[in-house]
Amino acid sequence: MHVVIIGNGIAGTTAARHIRKLSDCRITMISDESWQPFSRTALMYIFMGKLKLESTYLYEDWFWEKNRIDRVQARVREVNPAAKNITLGDGSVLSWDKLILATGSRPVKIGVPGENLPGVQHLYHLSDLDVLNRLSRGVECAVVVGGGLTGVELAEMLVSRGIRVTFMVREKGLMARQLTPEESNMAGRIIREHGVDLRFGMQIREIRGNGRVESVVTNDGLEIPCGLVGITTGVAPETGFLYGTGIETDSGLLVDEYLRTSVKDIYAAGDCAELRTPAPARRAVEPLWYTARAMGETVARNVCGNPEPYCQGIWYNSARFFETEYQIYGQVPATTPSGITSLYWEDSSGKKSVRINYDTATGAVTGFQTMGIRYRQQVCEHWIATGTHISGVLKNLSMANFDPEFYRRFEAAIRACRLS
Amino acid sequence: MLDPLSIFLRGRPADQWFLYGFSYTALVLAMGIRFMYKYRGNAYQQWRTVSVMFFQLVFSFLIPAWMMMMNQPEFYFSYFWPLKYEYLFPDTVGWFTGNYARTGVFLVFWGAVMSFIAVPLLTWYFGKRWYCSWVCGCGALAETVGDPYRSLSDKSLGAWKVERWMIHSVLLIIVLLTLLLWINSREQGTILGSYSLIFSKTYSFLIGSMFSGVIGTGFYPIFGSRVWCRFGCPQAAIMGIIQRRWSRFRITTNGGQCISCGNCSEYCEMGIDVKSYAQRGEDIVRASCVGCGICSAVCPRGVLKLENGTVSL
Ligand SMILES: Cc1cc2nc3c(=O)[nH]c(=O)nc-3n(C[C@H](O)[C@H](O)[C@H](O)COP(=O)(O)OP(=O)(O)OC[C@H]3O[C@@H](n4cnc5c(N)ncnc54)[C@H](O)[C@@H]3O)c2cc1C
Ligand code: SF4
Repeated sequence: MHVVIIGNGIAGTTAARHIRKLSDCRITMISDESWQPFSRTALMYIFMGKLKLESTYLYEDWFWEKNRIDRVQARVREVNPAAKNITLGDGSVLSWDKLILATGSRPVKIGVPGENLPGVQHLYHLSDLDVLNRLSRGVECAVVVGGGLTGVELAEMLVSRGIRVTFMVREKGLMARQLTPEESNMAGRIIREHGVDLRFGMQIREIRGNGRVESVVTNDGLEIPCGLVGITTGVAPETGFLYGTGIETDSGLLVDEYLRTSVKDIYAAGDCAELRTPAPARRAVEPLWYTARAMGETVARNVCGNPEPYCQGIWYNSARFFETEYQIYGQVPATTPSGITSLYWEDSSGKKSVRINYDTATGAVTGFQTMGIRYRQQVCEHWIATGTHISGVLKNLSMANFDPEFYRRFEAAIRACRLS
Repeated sequence: MLDPLSIFLRGRPADQWFLYGFSYTALVLAMGIRFMYKYRGNAYQQWRTVSVMFFQLVFSFLIPAWMMMMNQPEFYFSYFWPLKYEYLFPDTVGWFTGNYARTGVFLVFWGAVMSFIAVPLLTWYFGKRWYCSWVCGCGALAETVGDPYRSLSDKSLGAWKVERWMIHSVLLIIVLLTLLLWINSREQGTILGSYSLIFSKTYSFLIGSMFSGVIGTGFYPIFGSRVWCRFGCPQAAIMGIIQRRWSRFRITTNGGQCISCGNCSEYCEMGIDVKSYAQRGEDIVRASCVGCGICSAVCPRGVLKLENGTVSL
């Protein structure tokens, strides 16, 4: 059997690794981006000089050789399900018995005039870093459009080069649709403290320039001069080259619970996949490192004939707003639904917080969200999965703390919040 | 120039050893303060650095000087066999107990108790970090002066293999040498004859000055800050075995939160590929880990925590 994997991101490499654990089949992994699978999440650290590109490689070279995973660096131009083969950029043809599409995302355009001017830049692929490196030289001011986590990272990257950044967010607060107001405010404060000019409720109408970006115009007609515009308004599944293959798509490649697409022997995993039936309170496309990795593992089992449904599990995520870490386990929606009580504690420094959501009627905890404090995933998930009562959780809260030794502990203060 | 200080501390003029000790300590203190500033938000790093600075200043500089002033042997309370391998050599033991009566007996006793009881016990409880990154003077220099070079340590599997061969060979040589010298002295020198002196002299030169001295610091900019601790220190080797097999100490990985960014491996001075464990959700239990805690400090997702034991649900 020959399994071909298109994409060597975390979904593709995880799939390859786990297929090798289960089977002796031939594995070929193709990507146009990089011969060495690397960590996309580390792009910012490479840009800021904290890491060399080689330090972000997922595995050492011997790993791929030892596990007999063939790597091909090429663009896949065409997929032909009937003949069970693919055509590469140079016209060569490769046949497969099972095909895994792990093509990830592509950054989306915002559709304003001037968007194609040199100096307007996305942050997704490795090649974007080279361009950003070149563009940021000699630039004094930049505008970042789009208030997601990638936007925050791009702002931090540019600030680290001494560039003054205007960070434009369409919503009324930072990540207002994902974050509860207190945490959103805290994140906004922290970003501002680092010198970023954070603007809410602001949209971009036009990008102006003569051969290169010179300014942006906002929806209120305000013109902001800048030498660089970073667009981080979001990503969409990378599926363009699959038109006409008969693979059913919506926004992504539609897959069933076994991560099978509508075409036999073709599977999809990672950012490019869209679940036909997502779990309650979960999205059909979740473009995240963690989900891509989990899907890679599941798709490997299914390809190797050990059918296993993809389980979205208990939601978790983590991120960073400059030096302040953020973690979430379970459900903590931006607006607390009725029937749920939200216990919130914030440190007087305004840089640490803990939020615990629980069912008002039964007391069962449903979610944890922390800023500037690390919590233990296994413990939080266990409490959520077993519906542990909030009193029990508060009593044993120190078990959840994952901060380094000698850090100040706040369990008593958090408990006191419930009483008040 | 340093004479007044030397006379004040040791009751005798400065010599090359005083100059060496003075510069060493001054460097540790100066670079230690820089290190504390760099990691100012991290309480573990603050305490650990205060501790190595304290032990360097007091136990490796002031107390040995003061003992000289008191006409006692120059003794380093924070070094034990096998790092200070000669402390348990028959010559040294004889010289201590012969020339310094009660103090000498105490020093030999201290050395033996530390080597065979305290070190194993503390290492079982806390991991070797209690010594390597909280007490040891070589560690003090590596953690402070060596900090800018920590990312230079080789993370490859090949380097790990070399490390295991080298460090365990050094340990074996010291254990054998110590045994040999004891047997030799019991047999009144009939085994080694006049070679025994040459034997231990050669060894001290090779290990003592070459390795911990020249390679230890001179090679920071080439192999990273902990070359000596990683490839050559017999004390680290012993504690490493205890840590790997029996200790409660581990670096815990926080579930599936790792994003494989590579910061932890990059800044590991011992050349441990921390990421390779973290990205698979595995805890890190490695003989070489000195528990400096930098992986935990630089991880952008709060994935790593140094722990004595595990949390059970
Ligand atoms: C700057 C940045 C920071 C991020 N930080 C986080 C974070 O902190 N936490 C988190 O959970 N997520 C984060 N993400 C998102 C995360 O990186 C993605 O969800 C994850 O990388 C998706 O993995 P994947 O394997 O599905 O796809 P990808 O990593 O996108 O890999 C797909 C690969 O397939 C290649 N490919 C696509 N089409 C073809 C073709 N036709 N022929 C050949 N090759 C092709 C692509 O070039 C790419 O190399 C971040 C993303 C970015 C951009
Ligand atoms: S620094 Fe943290 S997130 Fe990055 S590879 Fe290491 S454990 Fe994973």
